[in-house]
Amino acid sequence: MALLARTLFEKVWQRHEVAAETAATPAVLYIDLHLIHEVTSPQAFTLLRERGLAVRRPDLTLATMDHSTPTRTAQVFGGAPITIESAARQIRELEQNCAQAGVELLGLESEQRGIVHIIGPELGLTQPGKTIVCGDSHTSTHGAVGALAFGIGTTEVGHVLATQCLLQRKPRTLAVEVEGKLREGVSAKDLILAIIGRLGVAGGTGHVIEYRGPTVRALDMDERMTVCNMSIEAGARAGMVAPDDTTYAYLAGRPRAPRGAAWERALDEWRALPTDPGARFDRELRLDASQVEPMITWGTNPGMVVPVTGAIPDHRGDAVYARALSYMGFEAGQPIRDRPVNVVFIGSCTNARLSDLRSAARLLRGRHIARGITMLVVPGSQQVKRQAEAEGLDRVFLEAGAEWRESGCSMCLGMNGDTVARGEYAVSTSNRNFEGRQGAGARTLLASPLTAAASAVRGRITDPRELL
Amino acid sequence: MTEPFTALTSRTVVLPATNIDTDQIIPARFLTTTTRTGLGAHLFADWRYDEAGRPRPDFVLNRPESAGCRILVAGRNFGCGSSREHAPWALLDQGFRAVVSTEIADIFRNNSLKNGLVPVIVDERTSDWLLAHPGAELTLDLAAATLTLPTGVAVRFPVEPFAQHCLLHGIDELGYLLSLGREIEAYERTR
Repeated sequence: MALLARTLFEKVWQRHEVAAETAATPAVLYIDLHLIHEVTSPQAFTLLRERGLAVRRPDLTLATMDHSTPTRTAQVFGGAPITIESAARQIRELEQNCAQAGVELLGLESEQRGIVHIIGPELGLTQPGKTIVCGDSHTSTHGAVGALAFGIGTTEVGHVLATQCLLQRKPRTLAVEVEGKLREGVSAKDLILAIIGRLGVAGGTGHVIEYRGPTVRALDMDERMTVCNMSIEAGARAGMVAPDDTTYAYLAGRPRAPRGAAWERALDEWRALPTDPGARFDRELRLDASQVEPMITWGTNPGMVVPVTGAIPDHRGDAVYARALSYMGFEAGQPIRDRPVNVVFIGSCTNARLSDLRSAARLLRGRHIARGITMLVVPGSQQVKRQAEAEGLDRVFLEAGAEWRESGCSMCLGMNGDTVARGEYAVSTSNRNFEGRQGAGARTLLASPLTAAASAVRGRITDPRELL
Repeated sequence: MTEPFTALTSRTVVLPATNIDTDQIIPARFLTTTTRTGLGAHLFADWRYDEAGRPRPDFVLNRPESAGCRILVAGRNFGCGSSREHAPWALLDQGFRAVVSTEIADIFRNNSLKNGLVPVIVDERTSDWLLAHPGAELTLDLAAATLTLPTGVAVRFPVEPFAQHCLLHGIDELGYLLSLGREIEAYERTR
């Protein structure tokens, strides 16, 4: 029998079917790694207690805290109480739940703590071919190593805690083929924003994206993670990149990656994962990366995006556009460049890895942020923080007039004390520019670390290439 | 065992905006809760209340005719964004049992089905009619997977058969997964 050509996604999916789907029942999919955090797990642990159920595989579960945690050093390491009382309670509840269930927790003061999607790869737990879930939509990040990783709700968190399995209908596949070299000053963030601009915010609904092509192969792991991270902003629950030598070099020697003979066995398995020649995808999108410019969002969803050299689109008569413009306080046809900025945020699971901080520091070195600008630099994990400090990046940020914080989701979603004030404009390296995302009434413009740093220096939306 | 879903007849509340994301449905600052109750008060908080926390009289949920409505009709791509199950919890707590749109985001749709909030995906024409007729009385028949308009037209909608079965009979999906213990063990032995 000739072997059917399969995609990366199909290989990982089939390997994890405890039971295949039927007309009447979804597939039962086994989960290799379950990441949990303080915001979407408490009600799941309550469900288990109500039903008298134990966590089936604590050894395949890892907890950390990131969403509601403070980023001010005194609140993280003692000396000052956590300002938001309900957040403090949520943190304590995760500590208790993990202690009772025997789940490892990288807690508030752990050296390995960080944003859940930053620490998985950093520890080497995120591995090719694994199924990875977390009660967070940006779980798609882990697909960068060739894992099938997607966000789930709290009821499903309970399902995985109790059974290590999920009921899932098989999604369709979408190949995003990227060719052409990214130009100087154009980053992976610009690439994914351009892709979302093409697909639209619902273009990937029901699909798993595989990012392919020479441009994707040339991206380093941090960049692949930035791309996969925002798959959900196009509606796709998962984004994947086939593992290759870049992936293996990244994982080798990480604390929880396989070692010795186990590493060699793993490599043999991983090398069989990439999509077979001739395998078919349900849909395909092609993009020329050499045409991509630094991108920035102007509206209230990540699909409302233009080149930083461009103008706010003019769709007069369209109620959706009118509403977004009114929220943002923009006018149709205005150039986005030179619009004034109040806040700049470098952080989040999209862009808070070491290379992102280096990129922002490259622009800020020897410069100062404009008068009146508040700038927060929030490393994605405590390890990223230590590495950045070892390179002196913290000095660059502090000398430029920015704040340097402890790791966490911070201003990305404004539930931990870090927020953007009503009506203010924030250039953020995060992933969502929804109304109120960074605080009630806050106006978010999503961009790369380079564009964010350049805009901080000028106090206006700036094409980073002018300062490179 | 959860409450079986029975037939539902209700007037609609209409939110015509497209791409209503989960940060609109329930802003993140309300997610520091550790329970699933009481979130209805924060549903659409930033649209529903002014800066001082007073209800905005022009927002549809604050109008008297919205009281008791159990079907929400919204523009395209409802529920996009985060995986927070607090979104369906907030809608259910407010009294909604169904959301109707031309497109509903994947994670929100899954989360809704697991909580007895029925995601109803309809064609553009039906959606246009519903958006233009706020307060229309609709009947949702989950067993037949139809939504009946006041005009008498019954529109079929897609629903995942297993979730439909569970909702109709009040079966909880975790119970089904737990019943597969032997299959799961057998799978684990192959690893």
